[in-house]
Amino acid sequence: MADTPEDLSYTKDHEWVRVKVNEATVGITAHAQDQLGDVVYVELPKVGDKFESSEPFGSVESVKAVSEIYMPVSGTVIEVNETLNDSPELVNEDPYGDGWMIRIKIDNPAQVDALLTSIEYDDYIKEEAAE
Amino acid sequence: MSKNRIKKATTHVVQNEGLLFEESRPGRIGYSIPKLDVPEQPDDQLLDRRLVRDDDLEGMPELSEVDVIRHFTRLSTWNYCIDHGLYPLGSCTMKYNPRINEKIARIEGFAELHPLTPARLAQGALEVIHHLEKCLAQITGLAAVTSQPAAGAQGEMTGLMMIRAALTERGNPRKKVLIPDSAHGTNPASAVICGYTVETVPSRSDGLTDLDELRKQMSEDVAALMLTNPNTLGKFEQNIREICGIVHEGGGFVYMDGANMNALAGVTKPASFGIDVMHLNLHKTFSTPHGGGGPGAGPVAVTAELEPYLPFPRISRAEDGMLALDFDRPKSVGRVRAFFGNFGVLVRALAYILTHGDSGLREATETAVLNANYIAHHLKDTYDVPYPGRVMHEVVFSDKRQLKYGVRNADIAKRLIDYGFYPPTMSFPLVVHGALMVEPTETEGREELDLFIDAMKSIDGEASEDPALLKHAPLTTKVGRLDEVTAARKPVLKWRSGKGD
Repeated sequence: MADTPEDLSYTKDHEWVRVKVNEATVGITAHAQDQLGDVVYVELPKVGDKFESSEPFGSVESVKAVSEIYMPVSGTVIEVNETLNDSPELVNEDPYGDGWMIRIKIDNPAQVDALLTSIEYDDYIKEEAAE
Repeated sequence: MSKNRIKKATTHVVQNEGLLFEESRPGRIGYSIPKLDVPEQPDDQLLDRRLVRDDDLEGMPELSEVDVIRHFTRLSTWNYCIDHGLYPLGSCTMKYNPRINEKIARIEGFAELHPLTPARLAQGALEVIHHLEKCLAQITGLAAVTSQPAAGAQGEMTGLMMIRAALTERGNPRKKVLIPDSAHGTNPASAVICGYTVETVPSRSDGLTDLDELRKQMSEDVAALMLTNPNTLGKFEQNIREICGIVHEGGGFVYMDGANMNALAGVTKPASFGIDVMHLNLHKTFSTPHGGGGPGAGPVAVTAELEPYLPFPRISRAEDGMLALDFDRPKSVGRVRAFFGNFGVLVRALAYILTHGDSGLREATETAVLNANYIAHHLKDTYDVPYPGRVMHEVVFSDKRQLKYGVRNADIAKRLIDYGFYPPTMSFPLVVHGALMVEPTETEGREELDLFIDAMKSIDGEASEDPALLKHAPLTTKVGRLDEVTAARKPVLKWRSGKGD
C-alpha cells in the first residue's frame, strides 16, 4: 500500500482533502484507485455547483464499475481538474497529486475537524479488509 | 506442463479473417438477376434525382456468395457459445436452448405473420400470447401478465409505472424506492426513470436484507421495495414474507426482479410470499436465446389490484370464442412497446414451458440449484466464498486467496478461456470485492461441471506456481489479452479504410 500522506484529511468513502484556509482540494485515495482498478472516465461537477457534505459530486468509472465520489465537507466548487477528461489515468498514477478532482470553497470549516487523519484512515482500511 | 492440465480444450486451426471491405474485389458479385421483360426506365425518371447516388456505390464491398458465407463461418469459429459448453455467466442464466423451441418459432404462420394482420386473421398468434400469459400467471401465482416489455429492464420500468399509477390514484405517488445493496444495476435506473429517488437497504453479513434497517427506512414516502429473490449473492431471502409485510403495512408495493426465477420456477410462486409485481426474463428462465442471440422479453406479472394498470391492448376472449384486442382500459399505463413485444421469443418460451410441464419445470429448477451447490461444494476449499452456506442457482466466489500471488479475478477469468470455458461474471455483485459469480444452470451434466471444477482448481495451482502466466492469459485464443483499459479510455468507434489517414 502506498503511503498515506500525513498532511491530508480523509473520509470513510475514501476521498482525501487538502485544506488551505477556507479552500480545499479533493481527490480519491491511493487505496480507492487500487480497489477500483484502471480508471477510464471521471465525471465531475461544474464550477459554481454547491454540494452538502456526503452528497455525491461526481463519479469514477473503471473497467469494473462506476462509483460515486462524495463531498467530504459542504462547499462550492471553484475549480475542476479538466485534465482528467483526456487523462483519467492520472487518478491511478498520481492520486494525491495530478489526479486531484475538484477545489472547493468550504462552507463550514468546523466540518474539517470531523474528517479522519492519515493514521485513522489507515486503521479504517485495515479494519475494512479484515471484515 | 500447464498445457497438460487443460482437458477440455486443445489448439486447432483458426483462420485469419479480414473485414468484408478488405476482401472486396472489383466486379465480384453474389447475385444474378434475370433480364427485365419490360422496357428499362432510366433511374432519374423513376426517382427524384437527389435520391440517386452518382458514385457507383464506391466503397461498398464486392463479394461472391461463397466469400460471404466463408467470411461469417470463419468468424463464427472465433466465438464461444452455449452450444460449445458451459457458459457460467452468473446472473445471466445461460442455459441450453432446446432445438424444438427453434422449430416451433420457425413455423411459417408464426415466423411470417405481419404484425399488422387484423386480430381475426391472427388468432393463432394471439392464442400463443394469451396462453403464455396464463402459464406465466400460473408460474408466478399472480393474477395477470403483459407480454409487451422487450427486456427485464423495460419490465421493471413498466412495473414501476403501474405502481406509480396505483399510488397516484390513491392520492399520493410517493417519492422513494428502496433497493437492497446487492441489487441489479438496472433497478435503481428504472426507479429514477419513473421519477423516484433511490434509497439503499444494506445487507447483513449473511448477505440477506437487514429487516431492522428496512423497518427504519419504510415510511409514507416509500412507493416500493425492489428486490431480487434469490438475490445476486445466490441467497434466498428467508424472511421474504416479513419483508413484504413491512412494505405492505407501510402502504408500499413490493417489486420482484425475476432475473433469478430459474431458482424458483415450478417450486414456489412469488405471489405466495407477498410479491405484488414482477418481471420474468424469458431469455433466462425460459430458454429463449440470450446474449447476442436475443432479442429478450421481460413480461410483467401483477396482482389483481394492479391488473387495471397493465399496458394495453389486452387480449381477451369474446363470447364467440375469438380472441380480440381490448383497448378500452382507462387506467392503463398505455402501450410500452409496439405490438406484443418480441413475438418470436414468446413462441419459444411457450414451447419450453409446454414441453416441460409442471413437473419438468420443477425438475429443471432443482437441477439448477443442485448444480450450483455442487460447484460451490467442490471449490469452497480452493476459492474464498464471501457469503458461505447453501446457495440457490448461483454461487459467488472472490479472488481473495489468489490475491496474495497478485492474481485478480480478471486473470482467473481470462485463464478459464484457455481451459475451454466462458468466464463467469466478474466484479458483480458490487458488495463482493473481486467477485467471480458462477451460474451453471440445469443444462450441464456432471462431466462438464467436473471439468470446470478441475479447471478452477488447476488455475489456483497456476496462481501460486506461475502467476505471470495468468497475467498474460488467454494464451491459446485467436486474440490474446485485450487492452480493455485503452479501449475504454480512447475508444475508436469507427472503421476507416487504410487509404488516406
